Amino acid sequence: MTAVLRAQGLGKRYRRRWALTDCTLDIPTGRVVGLVGPNGAGKSTLLNLAVGTLTPTSGTIEVLGGRPASGAAQLAKVGYVAQDTPTYAGLSIADHLRLGAHLNPGWDGALAQTRIQQLGLDPGQRAGKLSGGQRAQLALTLGVAKRPELLILDEPVASLDPLARREFLQDLMQAVAEQELSVVLSSHLVSDVDRACDYLIVLVESRVQVCGDIETLLATHFRLSGPRRDPTTLPADQQVITASHTDRQSTLLVRTEAPILDPAWTVSELTLEDLVLAYMSRPTAADRNVRPVLEVQR
Amino acid sequence: MIEFHLDGRTGVSPYLQIVQQVRHALRLGLLRQGEQLPTVKDVVAQLAINPNTVLKAYRELEHDGLVAARPGVGTFVTRTLTDTSLAAHGPLRQDLQRWLAKARLAGLDDESIEALFRTSFRSATEAEIA
Repeated sequence: MTAVLRAQGLGKRYRRRWALTDCTLDIPTGRVVGLVGPNGAGKSTLLNLAVGTLTPTSGTIEVLGGRPASGAAQLAKVGYVAQDTPTYAGLSIADHLRLGAHLNPGWDGALAQTRIQQLGLDPGQRAGKLSGGQRAQLALTLGVAKRPELLILDEPVASLDPLARREFLQDLMQAVAEQELSVVLSSHLVSDVDRACDYLIVLVESRVQVCGDIETLLATHFRLSGPRRDPTTLPADQQVITASHTDRQSTLLVRTEAPILDPAWTVSELTLEDLVLAYMSRPTAADRNVRPVLEVQR
Repeated sequence: MIEFHLDGRTGVSPYLQIVQQVRHALRLGLLRQGEQLPTVKDVVAQLAINPNTVLKAYRELEHDGLVAARPGVGTFVTRTLTDTSLAAHGPLRQDLQRWLAKARLAGLDDESIEALFRTSFRSATEAEIA
């Protein structure tokens, strides 16, 4: 049992709308997982299901081998920093730390104190007076000092300026290195998190489009460009993710385990951003049935 | 002690950039035998990158016999790269300059020269592997 998060046909419906559909995942422990997708794709829904603040409409989800929020032991294992890193505006930093100590059995008071000191924050200051970056750092401090096995962060850096973003990720990575922490963090921009993460989930329109170890993903996706060609004539082991054509040329983004041997193609590697954008811009299943992949050339 | 930096525009993966920077420092004598590499914790705190990226880079350097990890202490340099090959640089550079002059005489522009070098380099590397 080494899965930090395991989902089987997981789905969540709000009234008529499915926010998450048929989600099947198996994420190993010790990873920093980037959950990437446009706004409204279902990222927060998936994270809330993992934390246990939402219950599934269909399927199952297991976090660190247990059902989310199923008891005190399970709650102690999972830390959660919600979107926009909320804190209590009227409470001081010291109050927040006291609250953390009372609410969490495994609370690491020394770690929390040290972090607040390193950040140069005044413990007497109210959270409402902190800058966005400082508030995010306070929320991270609470999440880390809880000493969870899994820390879940929903869009932690979206509202931060570049410097605060970098400082936040530096501190998060340091915590990962020190505490053998698994992390799942969501973002609508892959460039925000690509260096911090080693595992990726791309979620678009309530469905997981691609999921896996980032290095493996980069090693199995290529851009091919060459003379115009119908993608259906490619070898069976090359899965076309996106295709664009001019009257002479075809540019394909393919996923394949095998080397590409056809000399007609110019093969280039992708950046993580290219890869994510390809999956995001890929026509959804419904579109694909209507539109022919390549119209007949006259 | 050296410090790493990452170039986001090169397209070279962060792990490889770290490997290359260590090798470069060894070649230039900036890192000597017995000296310590920055700890994983220090590197991730500085660069905001995934700890596994640093571990992978250090493992590769270890595999190449350049560094050794001492559990609980850190990673130390075991070998230098400032070897005899440096002496060969001069004559090789002269050969290359002569070749470049010839290529220009033949009418090749910068781009063609680079392309020719790259394809020859690649086919030579492939021949070595095969």
